[in-house]
Amino acid sequence: MSATHATGKGMTLTLHVWRQAGPNAAGRIVDYPAPDISPDMSFLEMLDVVNERLIAKGEEPIAFDHDCREGICGSCGLMINGSAHGPMKLTTACQLHMRSFKDGDDIWIEPWRAKAFPVIKDLVVDRGAFDRIIQAGGYISAPTGTPQDANALPIPKADADLAMDNAACIGCGACVAACPNASASLFTAAKITHLGSLPQGQPERDRRALAMVAQMDEEGFGGCTLHGECQEACPKGISIDAIMQMNRDFVRASATAVQAKEWSGAA
Amino acid sequence: MSWLRTFWASTVGKKTVMAVTGIMLVGFVVAHMLGNLQMFIGAEAMNKYAALLKSTGELLWVARAGLLVAAALHITAAYQLTMINRAARPEGYAKQEPQVSTLASRTMRLGGVILAAFIIFHLGHFTTGTFHPAFSETGVYGNVILGLRSPLVAGFYVLAMAALGLHLFHGAWAGVRTLGLRKRSADPMYRRLSMGLAIVVWAGFTAIPVAVLLGILN
Repeated sequence: MSATHATGKGMTLTLHVWRQAGPNAAGRIVDYPAPDISPDMSFLEMLDVVNERLIAKGEEPIAFDHDCREGICGSCGLMINGSAHGPMKLTTACQLHMRSFKDGDDIWIEPWRAKAFPVIKDLVVDRGAFDRIIQAGGYISAPTGTPQDANALPIPKADADLAMDNAACIGCGACVAACPNASASLFTAAKITHLGSLPQGQPERDRRALAMVAQMDEEGFGGCTLHGECQEACPKGISIDAIMQMNRDFVRASATAVQAKEWSGAA
Repeated sequence: MSWLRTFWASTVGKKTVMAVTGIMLVGFVVAHMLGNLQMFIGAEAMNKYAALLKSTGELLWVARAGLLVAAALHITAAYQLTMINRAARPEGYAKQEPQVSTLASRTMRLGGVILAAFIIFHLGHFTTGTFHPAFSETGVYGNVILGLRSPLVAGFYVLAMAALGLHLFHGAWAGVRTLGLRKRSADPMYRRLSMGLAIVVWAGFTAIPVAVLLGILN
């Protein structure tokens, strides 16, 4: 029915979408014409419209991950025209709008590509590797009783800001997707910096750096070569300065572990 | 020594080794360039400087051994990390647009291979004299002039120094950041110092083959 409420401003696009029936199926790029797309739609709403048309034709809709559609959950993640989350800076795919494109554009839509992020279906990848990196040490072990008084533990403003900036990570995986090495350094470093900036994070700081880096490698992510692509792709603007912190913590923890002869290696 | 094995096994450990050895090699390259520029002072100054280096005896060999170990570690770590990084993305994108990565950062591996080939040739050219048409143990100035008169050889020097400049532009900046030796910055990609270093080293080294080819040095 899209033709009936076409405003005359509808865009006609050509989508080139990665279709893959399952984890072990061979995938390929399939072209879909997408006429009558409103510039006011979000990118995911555009995919919803395309999917409704596919369903109406009896075809399998394009599978993609999404949840909050407010740019805060980290569920959506698409490589759009060769750029993680598309052309807008500091913006997730769900917050990207079709006005960022021009009538007649070709749009390439692909899943995050990394050995550690296997494709489940079409554009949906398994980001369980991120969960396992967090499980390795991205937490503090604190008794969770009644919260203490807010001012009982004074934290300098600069430290609180640094922790907050890095805690902004939504775990979407754009850093891995954009990195030429499929490295998870920015994700891992953000958590190490977040917790390492706060007094609560100090007791486990060394162990955390060793265990999280070991798990990051174990998952099959690549290493950091400081291209800077992750920082550019990150919808939360997390700085590659975090990676300096991760490396420093890792080296310091290694030296401490040697001194204490309590190196445990891979967690 | 199991801690060493675990450290080396990690991508962060290998990158730390690359950064430390890389910074050592940057130090050598800067000193080497300053030494070379004495070509412009004259034959006597250059030959005296070369004789001074050779007169250090065992110290010279300690320095050479240190550089060899640094280069070997740098190359081994680079090779292993390259393999890890390639394996991390078995299936690439149909379309990928680099946003902020530089030509220098994307050509570190190619540049490294060019530099390794250059170092082997260069040692055979001016250190052992194997690839030199008329090598003299004491006449360094003459060796350089004669050795760089061939446009092909001089061209290889110029190409290798362009590779070195690019390698330094990314590497000097990235090495310091890998070690976490910088302050937090609002624009961490900004790299004035390594830009300056890369230009100075590139220009300083390239000046010699170009000056020989143009007949300024003879």
